[in-house]
Amino acid sequence: MTRHGIKRRLIKISLFSFLSIYTVSILYPILLMFLTSFKTTREIFTNPFGLPASFEFTSYIKLLTISNYLTYFRNSIIVTVISLGTIIVITSTASFVLAKYNFRWKNFLYLFFVAGMIIPIRLGTISILKLMIEMHANDTLFSVIIVGIAVGIPFGVFILTDFIKMIPEELSAAARIDGCTEPTIFRIVIIPLLRPALAAVAIINYIPIWNDFWFPLVFLKSDSVKTVPLATALLFGQYQTNYALVFAVLSMASIPVMLFYLVFSKHFVQGLSSGALKG
Amino acid sequence: MPGKKKKEVKLFMVLFLLPAIFIYTLFLLIPILDSMRLSLYSGQGLIPTEFVGFDNYVKLFTQFPFKDRMINAFSNNIKFFFIVTLIQNIFGFFIAFFVTRKIIGKGFFRKISFLPTTLSVLVVGFLFKLILNPAWGIFDKILVSLGLENFILPWLGNPLTALPVLAIVVSWQFMGESVLFYTAGIDAIPEEVTEAALIDGASPLQELWYIIIPSILPIIGIVTILIFIGDFTQFDIVYAMSTTQANPAFGTDLFGSLFYRAAFSTPVRGGWGMGMGAAVSTVMFAIVFTGVMVWLYFFKLKGQKND
Repeated sequence: MTRHGIKRRLIKISLFSFLSIYTVSILYPILLMFLTSFKTTREIFTNPFGLPASFEFTSYIKLLTISNYLTYFRNSIIVTVISLGTIIVITSTASFVLAKYNFRWKNFLYLFFVAGMIIPIRLGTISILKLMIEMHANDTLFSVIIVGIAVGIPFGVFILTDFIKMIPEELSAAARIDGCTEPTIFRIVIIPLLRPALAAVAIINYIPIWNDFWFPLVFLKSDSVKTVPLATALLFGQYQTNYALVFAVLSMASIPVMLFYLVFSKHFVQGLSSGALKG
Repeated sequence: MPGKKKKEVKLFMVLFLLPAIFIYTLFLLIPILDSMRLSLYSGQGLIPTEFVGFDNYVKLFTQFPFKDRMINAFSNNIKFFFIVTLIQNIFGFFIAFFVTRKIIGKGFFRKISFLPTTLSVLVVGFLFKLILNPAWGIFDKILVSLGLENFILPWLGNPLTALPVLAIVVSWQFMGESVLFYTAGIDAIPEEVTEAALIDGASPLQELWYIIIPSILPIIGIVTILIFIGDFTQFDIVYAMSTTQANPAFGTDLFGSLFYRAAFSTPVRGGWGMGMGAAVSTVMFAIVFTGVMVWLYFFKLKGQKND
């Protein structure tokens, strides 16, 4: 082998090692969280690094008996499903009009929506809380859902308008000749082609909506409407010294998002990358 | 087109646009503006009612403890942003550069790098609080096994180390986002450009300096402005690792935690009432807005001139 070849191989090995160390620094804390949740409190202190002697679900069972965890989980699912469903419906209709028709306020309206991507909604919290109190919606799931939808709209319009613009105009024209009305064209021509982009919008919005802690913390007081992140914070505060239980709480909050990401990681990468390059 | 048909088109357009405009305006745009209005009011309870003009701002910028807390949060936030920006841009770029070379397992490395970003900041904060907790001592044991006993410190108890630790944890979590953006930027460089350079005998370092860095300059801007907006509204990491009191002695207080305490805590726990809270959030808006304008000036308008 030439000297040049050896040098290149050495560089590759050092890059590989660097990336491996980085990957371990990511995976180790996450793995530690899951493994510790299966240990007994005694084991956590005597054997912090090793695998659990046996995989005990004691902490998880305890979690379900001391709290209404299934209710929190159900609430998080309701919030996420309704928010994502609504985001998809209302941003795809709006993007269809913005992408395919000419009218006076079109460009302004597009910028008006997209500007929301850099406005942190948290800064409007006091006014939103006031609005919720006036609507008698404070301490309901509706308050968290409607905020989730509002936050998701800018990114949805941004991705979908671009995507619909790429759908050839001839397809709509052909349907129009066949006598289709504009809403019908949207339903039978655009929607079927839009599925991958709709999936990207739903997948990318899923994580911030599922993980949101700020608005549930401000709006939700009753136990029956708490979501998973809010419950995580309260359970952590209450049982801080019971390590096994606390690690089960953290694991339960993380499993849905991590599994979701590992299954749909391609969509994340494509959706967010297109945002980065155009943004 | 006959007039009747044209009207019909307009009605469906309005119906298609209206739900998105309505929710976005009512629950995002108006609240931002209305919060600014509420910063001119004072009063007990959840809705401030008494108009006081700029009194809240006078208090916030001139009186104890308001002024002291705000200056403290501002200087902490600047340091926090500085640390996160450095780590995420430098490491993020080099990791992206490495995973776009011909390396075994690069797809796996890419995928794993984004994993912490999917977790909630709250969970990550709690997790590292437990790891750093001396009562459990797992971090101390790791340090001992690496021969770094001298670094066994009360990381979250010392005002000098607590803030950098929070910044490092946030960088650890969101590194994946920088990697993803930089990877997208490097992948978007046309292959002909890279190949032509290699045929001309460019070394990997020359390729990095003359081809890759110039073409990812806009990405540096995007990554940095996203970090800026995120950090100046960051709350969850402070809540999880240092409580709403931003222990130790407000050493980890950021604008997000100051805003939460001011607006939503009881007076005993640092609450200042809703009007003052709205004033704090208006100051935050001014900071974020300034940051965005600076970004637009340097990365957007200048870029367009070159086009």
